[in-house]
Amino acid sequence: LQEEPVRSSGTETNPSWSVGDFTRAPFRVYSDVEIYALEQERLFQGPTWNFLGLDIEIAGPGDYKVTYVGEASIIMVRALDGRINAVLNRCAHKGAVLCYKPRGNVREFNCVYHNWVYNLDGALTGVAFRKGVGGKGGVGPDFDAAQHGLRMLRVETYKGLVFGTFSGETPSLNDYIGSELLASIDRVFIKPLKVLGYHSQVLPNNWKLYAENNKDSYHASLLHVFHNTFGVVRPNMGGGIKISPSGWHHLSYTERTPPNNDETGREKVRSLREQYKLQDPSIMEHRLELGDLITNSIQTIFPNLIVQQILNCLAVRQLVPRGVERSELIWTVLGFEDDTPDMLELRLKANNLVGPAGFISMEDGCVGGFVQRAAKADPNAMTIMPMGGHAIEPSEGSRVTEAAVRGFWKAWRSCMEI
Amino acid sequence: MTSAFDQKLLLRLRIEVALADYMHTIDSDRLEDWSSHFTKDGRYRVTTRENYDHGLPLCLITCEGGAMMNDRIIALRTANIYEPHVYCHVPGALRITTVSESFVSSESTFIVVRTMSDGAMDVFACGRSFDTFDTTGDNLMFRERTVVLDSRQIHTLLVIPL
Repeated sequence: LQEEPVRSSGTETNPSWSVGDFTRAPFRVYSDVEIYALEQERLFQGPTWNFLGLDIEIAGPGDYKVTYVGEASIIMVRALDGRINAVLNRCAHKGAVLCYKPRGNVREFNCVYHNWVYNLDGALTGVAFRKGVGGKGGVGPDFDAAQHGLRMLRVETYKGLVFGTFSGETPSLNDYIGSELLASIDRVFIKPLKVLGYHSQVLPNNWKLYAENNKDSYHASLLHVFHNTFGVVRPNMGGGIKISPSGWHHLSYTERTPPNNDETGREKVRSLREQYKLQDPSIMEHRLELGDLITNSIQTIFPNLIVQQILNCLAVRQLVPRGVERSELIWTVLGFEDDTPDMLELRLKANNLVGPAGFISMEDGCVGGFVQRAAKADPNAMTIMPMGGHAIEPSEGSRVTEAAVRGFWKAWRSCMEI
Repeated sequence: MTSAFDQKLLLRLRIEVALADYMHTIDSDRLEDWSSHFTKDGRYRVTTRENYDHGLPLCLITCEGGAMMNDRIIALRTANIYEPHVYCHVPGALRITTVSESFVSSESTFIVVRTMSDGAMDVFACGRSFDTFDTTGDNLMFRERTVVLDSRQIHTLLVIPL
C-alpha cells in the first residue's frame, strides 16, 4: 500500500492511516470539528444519494416535508405537476428558512422575512417592493430573478423511497445502489406502504458511530443481550452479509432455520440466561409475509439510510448529524396499506423490539456515546476493524465480520478524499 | 350525607393518590411492582404528540396486560444495557374527563427529570397522561395509561417506564 499522510485541511496528519487501509481509523474522526465541516461539503453535499423521505408522505400537489441532507434543511415537495422536487430550505435573499413547520401544503414558498416568493420548482417569482414605492427604492436594473432561485437537488425515487443529491457527479440511483441491493429493497417493499408513526432518538455521538453500528453485524448478539437472554437469535443462525460492488452499501440478514444442537456461537456470549422466558411471547410473533424465512434484515444505503425488517417491524431510519458529537435518528415505521386490524396490532406489539425503547435496539442509543466519550482521550489512536480480515466482501452463513464497516470507511475516504 | 362537591373532591384525591403511588414506585426503583398498579389486562402505552395528534398508531412502548409489563422489567434488569439513571416524576395539572360507575378517566400533565449516575440531569420527558382507572376496589388501578410525550425526541434511550 502506498503510504500517504492524511489530507484533511488543517487537521493533524496521521501517517499510519495509509490510503486503502480500511481496517482502521483515528478516533479524531469522531470529534474533529474541521473533519465534521468537511463532511457536510464533501460527503453529504458530495457524490452521495441521501434519503429524504417517502413519496407517500407528500401525496398531493403542494404537500411538503422538511428533511435533512447532513445538517442542511431540505424541503421535499410535490410540485403541481406531480413530480417530486427537493430544494435547500433557505431563501436566496437573506437566507431565512422558507418552511419552518415540519410539514404542510403550499402553492408556493413564501419567505416570511421579506416576502420573496418561489414556485414549487424553486424559481424566484416575486420580490416584495421590487420596483420600490412611489418610484423610489427597489432592486437595480441589473437584478436578474433567474439568478436567484432556490438551490435544487437532483431527485430520484426507488419503490417510494425519495433520494436527493447536491452533486452532478453522483451516478444514477440504480447504479449507486447496485442491482443486488435494489433487489433487497424490492423484497421488503412489495406493496403500497402506510406510515404507522415516527420516532426520533437523539444519540450522544458523532453520526458515523451510528452508521458503523448498523453495518456491524458482529455486535448484534453480543451487545443486544435480549436476543440471548430470551433465546431469540444466535450468531449461528442462518444468514449472511451482502455488500454492493462499490463496498458502500450493505445488507445483513438472519434466516429462520430448523433447530439444531450446534453449540458453537453459544459459548462466551455474555449473559446467556435461558431460564428467562417471556411471560407474553406475543411480541415475538412473526408472520412470514415477504415470501422467505428471513427474520431480520438490516440494509444500509450510504450515507444516511437504513431499511429495516425485524420480524414484521418494517421501518426506514434516517441518520442526521446534529453537530460533531450529536446525531439524530428519525424512524419512520411502516406497515402495508392492506394490513388487516389483526396484522396492524401484531406490528404495533412487535415494535416493542425496536425504536428508542426497543428491547433489541435501545443499546445502540448509548453505545455510540460510550465510544464518543473515550475517543477524546487520545484522538490519534486508532479504532480497528479486524474481524473477517481486510476484505470488503460478502459473507454467506456468517455475520461475524466487520467487512461492511470497512465498506463504510471506503465510502467515507472516497468522498472525503482522505 | 356527602355533597356532590365533596364526592368530586374525594374522587380527585383518590386519583392523585393513585398517580403519586405510581410515580413513587417508579422513582424509588420498585419496578417489579410496576404492573401491580394496573388491572390484570390493563394497557400501557407511551407515544408522542406527533403520532397521537395525527392519529398514527405507533407507540414507543405498547404493553397489553401485566405479563408484557413484567417482561419489560425482566429485560431491564437482566438483558438491556444502559447507564444507570433515575427519574423524578413531577405531577402537574389534573383534570377529570369522564366519571362512570366503575371507572374514571383523567388527563394530567407531568415532567420527568432524569439524573445519570455521574450527576448529569436533564428534563427527560414532558407531556400528558390519559388515564382510565378502575374505581371498584379500595385503591384505583389503571385500566389504561397512555403517556403522550410533547417531544418526538428521546434522548439516548427509554428503558424505565414513565
